[in-house]
Amino acid sequence: MSLLAPPGPAMSAKGVELTRWPAVLGLLKQRALNWLSMSLSLVGFAVAVLAALYGTPVGSANFGIVFVWIVWWGLFMCILLPLGGRAWCLVCPVPAPGEWVQRGALVRPPEDGRNGSSGASPFGLGWRWPARLRGIWLQNIGFLGVALFSTVILTQPWATGWALLGFLVVALGLALLFERRSFCRYVCPVGGFIGLYAMFSPLELRVRDPAVCREHRTKDCYLGNAAGYGCPWMEQPWQMDRNAYCGLCGECLRTCPKDNVRVSLRLPGLDLLVVRGWRLDEAYKAFIMLACAAIYPVVLLGPWGWLKSWADLAWLPGFGLYAAAFLALNLAAVPGAHLGIAALTRRAAGLREVPLQRLFVALAYSLVPLGLAAWLAFTLSFVFANGSYALPVLSDPFGWGWNLLGTREFAWRPWAAGWVPSLQAAVLVAGMVCAIKTSDGILRTFVGGRRAVRGLLVQAAMLTAETLAFLWLYLGASA
Amino acid sequence: MRRLIVVAVFLALGGVVLFAPWPAPAPSQAGREIVVRARQYAYAPGVLRVPKGEQVTLVLEAEDVTHGLYVDGYGVDLVAIPGRPAHKSFVADRSGKFQLRCSQVCGSLHPFMLGELIVEPNYPFWRAVALTILATAGTLVFLIIGNARPPREVCP
Repeated sequence: MSLLAPPGPAMSAKGVELTRWPAVLGLLKQRALNWLSMSLSLVGFAVAVLAALYGTPVGSANFGIVFVWIVWWGLFMCILLPLGGRAWCLVCPVPAPGEWVQRGALVRPPEDGRNGSSGASPFGLGWRWPARLRGIWLQNIGFLGVALFSTVILTQPWATGWALLGFLVVALGLALLFERRSFCRYVCPVGGFIGLYAMFSPLELRVRDPAVCREHRTKDCYLGNAAGYGCPWMEQPWQMDRNAYCGLCGECLRTCPKDNVRVSLRLPGLDLLVVRGWRLDEAYKAFIMLACAAIYPVVLLGPWGWLKSWADLAWLPGFGLYAAAFLALNLAAVPGAHLGIAALTRRAAGLREVPLQRLFVALAYSLVPLGLAAWLAFTLSFVFANGSYALPVLSDPFGWGWNLLGTREFAWRPWAAGWVPSLQAAVLVAGMVCAIKTSDGILRTFVGGRRAVRGLLVQAAMLTAETLAFLWLYLGASA
Repeated sequence: MRRLIVVAVFLALGGVVLFAPWPAPAPSQAGREIVVRARQYAYAPGVLRVPKGEQVTLVLEAEDVTHGLYVDGYGVDLVAIPGRPAHKSFVADRSGKFQLRCSQVCGSLHPFMLGELIVEPNYPFWRAVALTILATAGTLVFLIIGNARPPREVCP
């Protein structure tokens, strides 16, 4: 969030519209764009799965581990997610087979001009996702499941292979049962946090003029027409004011007969202040992401070998203790601490008329910039250190002794090791500043003047303490 | 205008925090030898503390399989096989926290076999702490100046 931007309504400026440029608009309107990008990533995905399942069990010499958890994760966390939000969802290979089977097509638009919720897809049952399972609670549970076993998944090729394959199979199965991208919207464990952090992204897709949509009865962007499919993410673009559930697939750009859809660059973080979007499931996602961003540096980057072994399932009772602590921190300690801070903030700001739960949920959105910064700092610590593993693996993806590009003998060396702590500190401080700014915006939706300032002081103290804790993890001595 | 002044003042203070020379202790003339035992997937001791300026000799002993010890920021790299320790000397002339990393593939958790070298005083950490507090203060002043405006939207 730009520090120089005035708080309040002026922040909702539309920014720089990228689709004003014909080249950008033309590219995004290409139907083959989605197929091509997903196909390319699907090839990489297939090589990663095959290498993980059939290649060397040495993780640092296996394409499945190195390219998924170092190269892809590094690019994703450091560039794609902070700058592009859900841009990864545009190229993600996981839903591709299911979507293609569901549509009975790779590129072409529906022949009848409709693929609405009535199940008009040639394959698949097209059921609506059960109302009680909507929201991102399933994604929270799925992420916690993956995160709990992440030490195994990050280091054992077979675990990465089966996890990736599992994602693909579940996505395909759900595509055959449910309409559109129900998997991406309600189940994908990665999609949940992408959606949360996409709200801080400077990239947005919105309608140009909601009044045009109000008068347009056919709602082609949602139902589809001969130019493209109805929104795969089940979003109604004319109502969309947050990035959380827009997969940036561009179908609405293609189907809108009024040319009323735009893609723009804007000030990051505006979506976090959208009052009607504040929900408990998303708040919990913010807590879970912040907790995991603190747990991983301790477990994976700390000097305690016994803790790594516990997390790696080397000793089941130890893993049990680790799992209990992990879940307690994610589900109780971090949310509980923030509930206490929300109560203090409420008291300091004199917000007795606002229910505590409402304030608790609202203020959770201020953790989004700090959580994203903490994940970025964590990612920097191992991507630069282990990035050089990628060169030998490019030549020998399966660890079978190949030397396709002549880089197999490239020696491991950490990159920019002396600069990483400074980068981490800079990222964390920037995240904290944005988090305080977001807190201010959130509080000012409830109250103004000195009461808002008193509440902000409490929030700022909490966010500063959390930032100092992260700084200690990366720059301070562990013992 | 007042906000720009706040930004300028706090940026200047941030520059002072980042670049001002802090009092440095006199470099120690005595060297020290530190024996580090490596075993899947940790070093013992896991945290090494040395004063800035000291000549340090690291002795790496591998207890189970071949292990390495690479010191981030110093580029020091040792490789030891069981029964054959390795040693290397360097001057700890940069303060801060530096990761020790195993440089020889030693098993599934090899990429996360890490330790820490703390060259004291840990100025980078304390500078970052000061910068964080300064950033908080600057952000609050900046926002409070702007908070004279009416609330953006009132929630029930």
